[in-house]
Amino acid sequence: MRTAVISFPASNCDRDAFTALHQITGREPVMIWHRETEIPADVDFVVVPGGFSYGDYLRSGAIAARSPIVQDLKAKAEKGLTIAGFCNGFQVLTEAGLLPGALMRNERLKYVCKPQSLSIVNGKSRFTSGYNGQKNVVLPIAHHDGNYFADKKTLDRLEKSGQVVFKYDENVNGSARNIAGITNAAGNVLGMMPHPERAVDPLHGGTDGIALFQSVLDTAS
Amino acid sequence: MSKKIKITPEVVKEHGLSEGEYQIILDRLGREPNINELGIFSVMWSEHCSYKSSRRHLGKFLTKGKRVIQGPGENAGVIDIGDNDAIIFKMESHNHPSYIEPYQGAATGVGGIMRDVFTMGARPIANMNALRFGETNHPKTRTLISGVVAGIGGYGNCVGVPTVGGETNFHKGYNGNILVNAMCVGLADQDKVFYSAAKGVGNPIFYVGSKTGRDGIHGATMASAEFDDDSEEKRPTVQVGDPFTEKLLIEACLELMETDAIIAIQDMGAAGLTSSSIEMADKGGVGIKMNLDKVPQRETGMTPYEMMLSESQERMLMVLVPGKEHLALEIFQKWELDVAEVGITTDTGRLVLTHKRKTVCDIPIAPLADDAPNLDRPHVKTPQRPVLAADDARAPDDYNAALNTLITCPDMASKRWIWEQYDRHVMADTVDSSQSGGDAAIVRIHGSNKAVAITTDCTPRYCYADPYEGGKQVVAETWRNLTCTGATPIAITDCLNFGNPERPEIMGQLVGCIDGMNEACRAFDYPVVSGNVSLYNETNGVAIPPTPAVGGVGLIEDLSIFTTLSGAQEGDTLVLVGETQGWLGSSLYGREILGHENNDDAPVYAPPPVDLTVEKTNGDYVRSLIKNRRVKAVHDLSDGGLTMSVAEMCFAAGIGAELKAAPSGVTTQGWLFGEDQARYLLAVDENSVNPVVSTAQAKGIAAQVVGKITGGRLSAAGAFDVSLSDLKDANERVLPDLMASKA
Repeated sequence: MRTAVISFPASNCDRDAFTALHQITGREPVMIWHRETEIPADVDFVVVPGGFSYGDYLRSGAIAARSPIVQDLKAKAEKGLTIAGFCNGFQVLTEAGLLPGALMRNERLKYVCKPQSLSIVNGKSRFTSGYNGQKNVVLPIAHHDGNYFADKKTLDRLEKSGQVVFKYDENVNGSARNIAGITNAAGNVLGMMPHPERAVDPLHGGTDGIALFQSVLDTAS
Repeated sequence: MSKKIKITPEVVKEHGLSEGEYQIILDRLGREPNINELGIFSVMWSEHCSYKSSRRHLGKFLTKGKRVIQGPGENAGVIDIGDNDAIIFKMESHNHPSYIEPYQGAATGVGGIMRDVFTMGARPIANMNALRFGETNHPKTRTLISGVVAGIGGYGNCVGVPTVGGETNFHKGYNGNILVNAMCVGLADQDKVFYSAAKGVGNPIFYVGSKTGRDGIHGATMASAEFDDDSEEKRPTVQVGDPFTEKLLIEACLELMETDAIIAIQDMGAAGLTSSSIEMADKGGVGIKMNLDKVPQRETGMTPYEMMLSESQERMLMVLVPGKEHLALEIFQKWELDVAEVGITTDTGRLVLTHKRKTVCDIPIAPLADDAPNLDRPHVKTPQRPVLAADDARAPDDYNAALNTLITCPDMASKRWIWEQYDRHVMADTVDSSQSGGDAAIVRIHGSNKAVAITTDCTPRYCYADPYEGGKQVVAETWRNLTCTGATPIAITDCLNFGNPERPEIMGQLVGCIDGMNEACRAFDYPVVSGNVSLYNETNGVAIPPTPAVGGVGLIEDLSIFTTLSGAQEGDTLVLVGETQGWLGSSLYGREILGHENNDDAPVYAPPPVDLTVEKTNGDYVRSLIKNRRVKAVHDLSDGGLTMSVAEMCFAAGIGAELKAAPSGVTTQGWLFGEDQARYLLAVDENSVNPVVSTAQAKGIAAQVVGKITGGRLSAAGAFDVSLSDLKDANERVLPDLMASKA
């Protein structure tokens, strides 16, 4: 599988995503600079990494969502390209309109970094099928703006259609219905605040992130 | 402006220069300086930049060793960790700004120390800190905690460097002067380390990074004076940080460093453009000519004086190889950073500045560095303290209550409220961090099977009672902390925080601590490779406790063999390595239970002495046990002695412990809470107990079984017996309750 990682100014988990994808797919991902205009045609899976693109100025992810490469990302998302945004990547994808809702400042107004237990709400998505029915995972979270918000109608729709993939097992940041990760309606775009790329090695303190990448790999092959 | 300001004695005094210092300036220039020149001399000769009170004493430190590539004198120290890898690290204070404006003060402290590290070609891989606040009930403390913590997190998290550990203490001695010491550790290739000497004449000087504004003017001078009640008026001298620009600056600098374009590079830290240009020129033995009209400016109408003294953040100065300018332009434009050619190196040995086609400064560079004051300030030794006799250290009325008091005192309380605001995992190489409560953080060298262990430590209580023993202890404790992970300790950085050096008793503390630290460094072959001195930490004549914070770095060569505080399992035996006499002088128990600091006239007792030979023998033994996989968890004994060490190990394991009664000859309180040095607590598998204890005894090392890991309670025969989860809850609640309280 050919993977890619987009780098914006002050993306800071791009190397982490690179390392995880390299380890799991056995192939180095393509690194794509935000000013580029096209994602290479042979790429099967794009990660929009965490970090503080554009310093979180204006709103987290807002400026990155207007960068040249994201315009191509939107076009390719329409055509079914598999895309995952972690943390700031989730914020970019909501700002780009690829995922519904918005990520507001954490309810307690503080940055929070900790290992977080999550429930896999939809184990059949192309990002979670590799968990093979496992119901709970622990993944690190590290964010200031992870408070997921959408109107009631949207939330109902997301829940009903299986677009809610991960939920926090506690109210860690004020997110509506404890939502930690969602997909688009077509199921090819995932956004989540937790960092699966930081849980792929026993030295990370956990390896619950591996199955997420493995799911994408298995679905693609 | 430069012509209009008359240099009166008042102006000279406002610049913090003594009459004698001004006379030297007159001699060297052969004329009266203009205001720009006076400003430049003033910051270069400030305590902060010139180390004028401490320099002759710092010179005593052990600074060389077989793994030292670069000792003090550059932006940061450089050590060899094998495989062409170099670790570059330094700790620095940002105390004065953080007290005045806690968020920006702390944030720019983190930014500044990272620049010191990546200036030398290293990618920052870990941040640490050592924080000291006033009493928790002091009206300013909560605001300062929340601002400093948010500032450290706000900067480090955005830049994407994990904040992996540190220490936080509270004491009334810091009510008027908090300490914010930030440490950064970076990784470079040994053949790609960059230095600041601007060698060669006719080479272009480039300014890169943020634009220059009016922030931070005379910050270095502020950091060289005491506070008084009007100190908040100094707020405009505090710099404002932009971590986004810093992140871009890191990437751009590291990208340019991959080329062969850079001759020398220096960050603009304290005293900004002044100190960076002068230090580069001085080290390279050249002159510098700069056109200040070319300096990227954030504000209009800036004068040469303001430009030269601004401490605007996220700026670097570099000397490039002629003909390679385009490489710098391309890379910095890619990262959307300002870049400008502002000058050239010359053979005049002078700093010449032009502004609007006029020469606004023309001074020889050598005197700025060479003639910088190097004072031999009078110092008196801290008086010898009485030893607290075992019989005079009474037992607590109630051991359960005493245990609870200690575990909930702010110094011992869980710092979760703080470190959960720091990204500890970004870069995905953090193996152990504050999260485990262990002795040292462990950060993997990316793409390898080795790691660095990093710790910061200081026990100001001991340093106050006896600067010399306290200085030894600080270094010994960091060495011990690194040893607890199985790492081989390599070198240290230090941040020497003291009061007003013009007072002989404060100077005596500084000299005592340096001498003690140096003795320990030499005993362990554990050199000082970088550091910083922060003096004048006084408000209205009241000095902070002497606080020589030390950051230690060690190497774990094989990540399949290391230990942390976690890892003890049900049924494991607890073995104590090191001898216990039950030393309670200057202990946490003395302060919290016996009320030794309750009034200012109370006697101060001698701190535990550090026998460096025993320290080394015991530490080397523990490290060998770790290498031979004989132990599951290791923790050193420090504040609060055996009891606190066991409690923390139990918290990490989620299992209780039963401690045996004190051996004969030691009081129960001394056994449980004594702070004798050179001791380690080990959790050992049943089968390893005999080899661990008998081998120690054969080597003449004190080692004994003190209890076992079991159940859900923490108990000590004849003393306390409490529920571990209740104890942990109490320990966890302290800071959240404090920060949520409305009082």
